[in-house]
Amino acid sequence: MTRINLGWYGFLVALALLPTALPGVFTNGFDVHVMILVLLYASMAQAWNLIGGYGGQVSFGHSVFFGLGAYGAAMALVTYHGSPWVGALVGSLVAAGAAVIISYPCFRLKGHYFAIATFAIVEIFNRLFMMWNWVGGALGLDYPLLEEGWKNFMWFDTKVPYYYGALGLFAVVFGVVRWVDGHRLGAWLRAVREGQEAAESLGVNSARVKLSALALSAFLAGLCGAFFAQYNYRVDPPMVMSLDMAMKFVLISILGGVGTFWGPLVGAAILMPLQEYTRAAWGGVGGGVDLIIFGVLIIFVVTRQPQGVVGFIGHVFRRKG
Amino acid sequence: MAFGALMANADVSFSVEEGTIVGLIGPNGAGKTTLFNCISGTYRPTEGHIFFDGQEITGRPPYDICRRGAVRTFQVVRPLKEMSVLENVMVGAYCRVESPEGARKVAEETLALCGMEAKGGLRAGKLTIADKKRLEVARALATKPRLLMLDEVMAGLTPSEIKSAVELLLSLRQRGVTLLVVEHIMEAVMPVADKVVVLDGGVKIAEDVPRRVVEDERVIAAYLGPKFASKHKEMAHA
Repeated sequence: MTRINLGWYGFLVALALLPTALPGVFTNGFDVHVMILVLLYASMAQAWNLIGGYGGQVSFGHSVFFGLGAYGAAMALVTYHGSPWVGALVGSLVAAGAAVIISYPCFRLKGHYFAIATFAIVEIFNRLFMMWNWVGGALGLDYPLLEEGWKNFMWFDTKVPYYYGALGLFAVVFGVVRWVDGHRLGAWLRAVREGQEAAESLGVNSARVKLSALALSAFLAGLCGAFFAQYNYRVDPPMVMSLDMAMKFVLISILGGVGTFWGPLVGAAILMPLQEYTRAAWGGVGGGVDLIIFGVLIIFVVTRQPQGVVGFIGHVFRRKG
Repeated sequence: MAFGALMANADVSFSVEEGTIVGLIGPNGAGKTTLFNCISGTYRPTEGHIFFDGQEITGRPPYDICRRGAVRTFQVVRPLKEMSVLENVMVGAYCRVESPEGARKVAEETLALCGMEAKGGLRAGKLTIADKKRLEVARALATKPRLLMLDEVMAGLTPSEIKSAVELLLSLRQRGVTLLVVEHIMEAVMPVADKVVVLDGGVKIAEDVPRRVVEDERVIAAYLGPKFASKHKEMAHA
């Protein structure tokens, strides 16, 4: 096993042991809440990073896939009184299917036009789900009070199991992207990003590569959405299928480092505490302080270091070394 | 191949025999690169047919033609800039090998063959132009082609670099790779080519062994010029 492998698995084990190591922190619901959000948003950004970072196809439509996963879990539990696990899987598969359908018209567009088209898709799905009674319409779906535990993925008195759930999600999403990064699909994706024509001349079917990556990315985003619905005990269209949510996928990755493995985690580890603690501290002042700080950070990053915080750290290390 | 009213290649027809080196020469704008783009699938020819290994490949996408075994390099180099040299070559290797370990091995061997083994870790965008040209060749070679189409890979190289490039061509031919070479450096092409095809204004004006091509009146008038022809004759007689 290589050194890098050890680092990755060691990191996961360390996160898993955190509640045992720091019991004081894990009795404070708010701190646990922030850690859960860091893991969740890191996973969301990493799912996006697969196609947006490694593949260079910037999508502002990932909240659609996120929302489909969320509705999958919620409808399984609320509408069909079934298992949210099955619902999460079905919802994520639907998200992957939607990605395939969406990609047909969208991947014909290049660069900025692809990004703009994905914007429109969020709006389409938002309206559709607002009007559609089968999925709860504008009211959304409220979870009933059910038995606590992993079966229903639902707890009321403690957030610690959600932390383990978020960690599991994190391990799956980061694990998949890590695997792709080190294998043929990852090399092909980066090749397509760096030069589609050159990649094609070397035997890369760029359309299929982009499609596979987008479908996989959508599936992973769907899993994140399912967790999000479970964590909030409800889902409605503005919560999940909004441009606001879509921007989070993109901006966390940009802040942390687009197309880097650790970028999404670094971005989420900066943004989520910032968002939650400033909201708690200054929420009454009118809110949005976190967004102002975040906006300034983003401007700083994109003008000074397009590779994000991870790129900045790498730069500092190279100078020293 | 026509772009609107401009005929870039008109009725160009020739064949490349397996295991040979064929030179494709002609003045700037003669349509050499257009021809490459048609063969490699970058352009879809407006008329005519292209066969590779007995099968029609006209209008097939570039990746498919590459997988069938015909691969090209770009005259204006296209390194995958943010990736390392080794990763660039691995992209080519993945055309035939699925495992990362296998692709890495093929890529390392190919880099060694092209004299770039020390540069695998560098970022491709940071290479010198000569190394970028070498990278084009290495990347294409890593796809294990049966037909390798080189578009001016020797331009800008020093005489000693040209010599090693020519040796590489010869060793590739020995391994059974067929080569179609666009080149302006006659000293490099003429001695090794089994056949030379000359284009001018989109039309084929000659197709013959180098010895006879340099004596062709039309080729001398269109491209080589009388000076080179006489010089080459002296070289040939000496």
